Amino acid sequence: MAATFISAESLRRNFAEVKAGMRPKEAIEESNRCLYCYDAPCIKACPTGINIPSFIKKIASGNMKGSARTIMEANPVGASCSRVCPTEELCEGACVLNHSSKPIMIGDLQRYATDWAIRNEQVLFTAGRSNGNKIAVIGGGPAGLSAARELARFGFAVTIFEAKEQAGGLDTYGIVSFRLPQEISLWEVEQVKQLGVEIRTGVKVGVDIAVEEIRQQYDAVVLAIGMSKVPKLGIEGEGLRGVYDAIDFVESTKTSIRTDIAGKKVAVIGAGNTAIDAATCSVRLGAGEVTIVYRRTVEEMTAYDFEFDFAKQDGVVFKWLTAPKRVVGDTAGNVTAMECIAMRLEESEGRSRPVPVAGSEFFMDVDAVVLAIGQNRHIDLVEQLGLSHKRGIVAIDPVTFQTSDPQIFAAGDVIFGDGQGEAMVVSAAQQGKKAAYAIYRQLVKQQEETA
Amino acid sequence: MADLRINLAGISSPNPFWLASAPPTNTGYQVQRAFEAGWGGAVWKTLGDPIINTSSRFAAVHFNGQRVAGFNNIELITDRPLEVNLKEIYETKKRFPNHAVVVSLMVEPKREKWHEIVKRVEAVGVDGLELNFGCPHGMAERGMGSASGQQPDLVEAQTMWAKEAAKTPVIVKLTPNITDITATAKAAVRGGADAISLINTINSLAGVDLDTWNTIPHVGGKGAHGGYCGPAVKPIALNMVAECARNAQVNVPISGIGGVSNWRDAVEFMLMGATGVQVCTAAMHHGFSIVEDMIDGLNNYLDEKGLQSVTELIGKSVPRYSDWGDLDLNYQVVARIHEENCIVCNKCHIACEDTSHQCIERLTTDDGRAYLKVREEDCVGCNLCSIVCPVEGAISMVEIPSGEMPMSWNQRQKAIASAGDSNQAPGGASKEAV
Ligand SMILES: Cc1cc2nc3c(=O)[nH]c(=O)nc-3n(C[C@H](O)[C@H](O)[C@H](O)COP(=O)(O)OP(=O)(O)OC[C@H]3O[C@@H](n4cnc5c(N)ncnc54)[C@H](O)[C@@H]3O)c2cc1C
Ligand SMILES: Cc1cc2nc3c(=O)[nH]c(=O)nc-3n(C[C@H](O)[C@H](O)[C@H](O)COP(=O)(O)O)c2cc1C
Ligand code: SF4
Ligand code: SF4
Ligand code: SF4
Repeated sequence: MAATFISAESLRRNFAEVKAGMRPKEAIEESNRCLYCYDAPCIKACPTGINIPSFIKKIASGNMKGSARTIMEANPVGASCSRVCPTEELCEGACVLNHSSKPIMIGDLQRYATDWAIRNEQVLFTAGRSNGNKIAVIGGGPAGLSAARELARFGFAVTIFEAKEQAGGLDTYGIVSFRLPQEISLWEVEQVKQLGVEIRTGVKVGVDIAVEEIRQQYDAVVLAIGMSKVPKLGIEGEGLRGVYDAIDFVESTKTSIRTDIAGKKVAVIGAGNTAIDAATCSVRLGAGEVTIVYRRTVEEMTAYDFEFDFAKQDGVVFKWLTAPKRVVGDTAGNVTAMECIAMRLEESEGRSRPVPVAGSEFFMDVDAVVLAIGQNRHIDLVEQLGLSHKRGIVAIDPVTFQTSDPQIFAAGDVIFGDGQGEAMVVSAAQQGKKAAYAIYRQLVKQQEETA
Repeated sequence: MADLRINLAGISSPNPFWLASAPPTNTGYQVQRAFEAGWGGAVWKTLGDPIINTSSRFAAVHFNGQRVAGFNNIELITDRPLEVNLKEIYETKKRFPNHAVVVSLMVEPKREKWHEIVKRVEAVGVDGLELNFGCPHGMAERGMGSASGQQPDLVEAQTMWAKEAAKTPVIVKLTPNITDITATAKAAVRGGADAISLINTINSLAGVDLDTWNTIPHVGGKGAHGGYCGPAVKPIALNMVAECARNAQVNVPISGIGGVSNWRDAVEFMLMGATGVQVCTAAMHHGFSIVEDMIDGLNNYLDEKGLQSVTELIGKSVPRYSDWGDLDLNYQVVARIHEENCIVCNKCHIACEDTSHQCIERLTTDDGRAYLKVREEDCVGCNLCSIVCPVEGAISMVEIPSGEMPMSWNQRQKAIASAGDSNQAPGGASKEAV
């Protein structure tokens, strides 16, 4: 098939943030609409407990710095969260005005205030007086940054070890630019750096530095390595050129401009948040046709409603009750088709289980297949550290986030799964905070109390 | 972080935000909660001889979907026994030694009555006293509150009586229900007041129910005038504060009250001469926690302005407030519309066309796009269009150099008078007298 041309300029435009920020008049009207509830349900619905009425009141009174500070105080990645949080499920879903008019646009107001802080280069926090303890944070994503920020404010000397070239984790590399531009995440990284936190990028713990060295040099460790790549489907043809890991695929669009998808027929396997991002990304890369292939139905899909709507608006086609059986390639090793099979749902123990419909095989004409069926774990490192875990999901004390090793705490996606937590930026941030508080209690407060 | 501490006539507080004497300061429980929330001081709900309050007391004016643009009440002074209040005042001051605990007082205009209450209240340890000459309803009918506060001689005498017994600073709280606020302010100063506070509430009737024809509020089908406060009264209060601040004979510190709802309002009152502010309605509308943004916003504002202390604001705008006769008649501004921000609602056009000077034209570009333009030579600079314009940055009022020397009405009259003496035309006066 002849390659379709797409210019770098139009690609850049396609990947620019979709949603415009609120304009001043909108922000003033909306902020004055907030009731300033007492014991507000929106605060409780925010995993980081941002004092929402307070930050909104501050927008209304023109105290923009105070507003940004209220947000970032509770949530060190509050600027990213204003863009990527599923607000309908969280704060906005809890807003009392749902019952009498329409909810306050909390996410947009949060973005308005944090954008102001970014634009005006505000310094919002200062490091605490040194308490003499050193902490290593492994992984510089939302969980690691959040822990580091709070630890620095407590006066710890903090070093973040980050495998990638830049910190920010999936905010920097994993969430599509048209929802979360990289510079927002990097501003949050900068805020943490300004507190004196050392960020050693390009250092993969367990490979570039031994875990023993870290154990010996630091008083405590926060493990915030997130999750790993997308697992293999285990079907024939997965090695063909044109089969991608969704996380790598999205990442490539955040760090470079790729023109090879233009005009292609893309199938995305899975129907979670990552699948939506990979599909909408493909559309913006100029793909001719993008189909999400999912073995269950719209009911079981884990993507949020707003994501589903967004993908549909982008023209993504959904093929429910369909599972891939094999990827087919040409002699040169390029993907040309995918063999699928229809599924049906069978009730078993409350949850419906997809089972293949015998003899329903069919072929889909595709040039690229993007796998988005979940994420693997960094089991290697977890085992090197000798921590208890279940299939890579690190076991923790739910209050202190301490692992089976008292020196090591864990937060973020690395502890997500098995009914534990949610894989969201905002919950990673909250867990990072909590791990920091537990470390402070263990290393400083208890010492003071016994002294 | 700037220094937010203030000292009002010897009463110091950690910040300029005090609760005004009203329901929020009714009990020790409330005042202590307020201090915990961050309020710098509180003026206790007015003490005096026991009264009975009505049930149904408050009403508010809501404005286009925003609640409580103004607030109206027919409540009297405290309805709790003096001993109970005194005990709670003592406990509150003990728990919060650094906060300002001021107690509001109102008794019959009799010397012994004032001596007695001042002594009893000061005995429990307070930072100052506020004499309530302002309550416009109920108490006035008994010769107290605004009834006495409207008579300068009574204000002076009662202030003197309170001062005779008082060891702590005495603040006199003025009623706005008077033509010239400086008359009673001066009387308070003559009586020895250490400071004045203003304004108390303004005579009001909040509304009438269209279905029942009852007043709002009503007590069993009958109403009486109440006192108005809240955001709507701020401009009235601000003027009265400013009039006192620029009057040389009112040479005592001012505590600004009336419609203060956020840090911006507080800054305005302080620039106009107040040493600190008192708040009632905003706290009643939103609870004590609003003081958090008041403090934080004020702090950030002072930092931004490079000011070390909030006291540097006090009175900074007073010299800019004068009389109409001193305004420069040769100063000229005109409206200018910025097309890039204009949303073409035509509100400015119709405002000017119907109710001002007919100088905003509706035009169309060659490609059929509507836009508006001010005929600047006909614009008198009234500001109306910029007031009705819903979009920030769409209309600005721009100064046009008149090329003439500044000339006020007073200067002009003087010039005419002296010209009349020498039979010469006045120089520089280019405008007709109106
Ligand atoms: C495509 C996609 C879209 C998403 N969309 C949303 C969304 O809209 N809203 C939302 O709330 N959440 C979303 N999420 C989930 C969210 O991104 C994660 O829950 C969150 O980033 C978890 O934060 P974390 O800090 O635990 O891990 P990560 O963000 O994964 O950060 C972990 C960091 O650790 C580093 N690291 C790993 N191993 C090592 C090592 N050995 N040494 C040093 N560093 C190491 C990694 O390089 C990475 O920087 C999305 C996820 C994906 C994949
Ligand atoms: C319900 C109510 C009761 C009040 N009671 C008193 C009082 O007992 N003594 C007094 O000096 N002022 C009293 N006031 C007036 C307030 O102290 C204050 O001067 C006025 O409300 C203006 O401030 P604001 O606009 O912030 O409400 C009362 C006001 C209200 C609303
Ligand atoms: S629940 Fe809604 S109205 Fe109430 S404080 Fe929160 S955002 Fe404002
Ligand atoms: S606020 Fe409502 S519940 Fe409370 S005393 Fe007044 S009328 Fe009664
Ligand atoms: S009122 Fe403002 S927005 Fe409306 S037409 Fe005039 S300038 Fe434009």
